[in-house]
Amino acid sequence: MPETPGTIERDAEQPDRASVDRREFLRDVLGACGAAAPVLWWGTISVAPAMGQERQDSYDPTDHLYGMGIDVRKCIGCARCVVACKIENDVPDEPHFFNTWIERYVIRRDGEVEVDSPNGGIDGFPPIEGVGSVRRTFFVPKLCNHCDNPPCVQVCPVGATFITQDGVVLVDDDYCIGCRYCIQACPYGARYIHPEKHVAAKCTFCYHRLVDGLVPACVEVCPTGARIFGEVEHRATPLARFLQFNDVQVLKPHLNTKPKAYYANLDGEVR
Amino acid sequence: MPQQVPRLAAVFAVAVVGLIVARTLLVPETFGDIGHYRAAAIDSIVAHPKKYAGHQECTMCHRPIAEKRAASNHRGVRCEVCHGPAAAHVANPLETKPTVSRNRGLCPLCHAYNPSRPTGFPQIDSVRHNPRMPCIDCHDPHAPEPPVTPRECSACHGQIASQIAVSHHVELSCTVCHDAPVQHKNDPRSVRPGKPTQRSFCGTCHATDAPSPERIPRIDLGSHNQPYVCWQCHYPHYPEAR
Repeated sequence: MPETPGTIERDAEQPDRASVDRREFLRDVLGACGAAAPVLWWGTISVAPAMGQERQDSYDPTDHLYGMGIDVRKCIGCARCVVACKIENDVPDEPHFFNTWIERYVIRRDGEVEVDSPNGGIDGFPPIEGVGSVRRTFFVPKLCNHCDNPPCVQVCPVGATFITQDGVVLVDDDYCIGCRYCIQACPYGARYIHPEKHVAAKCTFCYHRLVDGLVPACVEVCPTGARIFGEVEHRATPLARFLQFNDVQVLKPHLNTKPKAYYANLDGEVR
Repeated sequence: MPQQVPRLAAVFAVAVVGLIVARTLLVPETFGDIGHYRAAAIDSIVAHPKKYAGHQECTMCHRPIAEKRAASNHRGVRCEVCHGPAAAHVANPLETKPTVSRNRGLCPLCHAYNPSRPTGFPQIDSVRHNPRMPCIDCHDPHAPEPPVTPRECSACHGQIASQIAVSHHVELSCTVCHDAPVQHKNDPRSVRPGKPTQRSFCGTCHATDAPSPERIPRIDLGSHNQPYVCWQCHYPHYPEAR
């Protein structure tokens, strides 16, 4: 046993072992870390750009929070919105790429539910077989819900999809690596891989129109006013009246995605 | 200090410097400005060209026709629904003109009968309704009132007419139960037909003491399923169905 605790005496048979005082060791190591800390701090700060810079032009994204209202009872399934979106956003013409699409629900008297969306509704819908056994039938337009708690943004490994300060979920075409994690994550099936660009793509609320004060193309062409566009938090916007006077639901509320596409007169069978 | 400590410190220093160099080289320029994304992406998204001009642009030059449409049944149908994307025309009005279909191609996209469309939305059987004639021959698309007042309610309410056709109630004209002002045929949303409100209305034919032909089935209004109204169970357009 050594005479003073905390020291190891030099052993005659192991002369290479240096004697180390525990306190001395800790002091040296912590001192080295303390000296290195300012260097590390400077390194990360100088490389990371400053946060909170705003866009330089007159559109202030922090002044808006966009949402869309959809009145299911007004939709006639004409699919003008699908066509207009494909034109406005250069969506590929092949049948299964849509930023927005129309679904037809046919609910039979025995409780069976049939849902179809042939080419998004662009070419019309085939006649219903056995019309006499139908209890309810209607059209439901669907699109990216621009959730406030978006699962697609959460899972993107590189930060290529994001939610802007005005509540629109967008995809950075130049940064997306095409891993398809966001396609899996979206519970509404709103995203797809662009066949030519090989990156994720989806409805953008026609963001390039919003910053100029226009409405999205689908809202512009809807002939019955089934789509209402506006701001979620302002009072003087068409969406405010829609949300006030309608019984409003969202799709899949149990997933806590906080979608900003609000459906009025939505049937319980709509998934 | 044991020699392991400066060696370890050197390894850490190399790793930290390497990390700083890698971040400087690999993180894109505007990343992190606003959030965990490249702020420059918003600029490239906003720069996307517009194809649809928006109806305000059309109204700036085409005011009379826009005002005529805004007072008509098509007030909710904006210009580019039928005339297609017009941003190119707004940029170059004389060289690029929007087009519109002048035959029967366009109107049935919305107005052809489809059972999934909301009741009361004006629909026609596009095969039987004035076959092969262009819609615009009779209907001005900017003020589409029907050219003649429809004689029958079935002109718009085809689904109800085809259902009532298999029932005894086909012997009754629609106005027996629904008081329908003539104005409803020309401007359906301005005035709606009325509906009966009390059981005693059906009793005018179906009560045990009603002065109606004998072949009509009778029920005792006082005891038969009080207090419900008749049509809560019996669909009046096809009451034989069970």
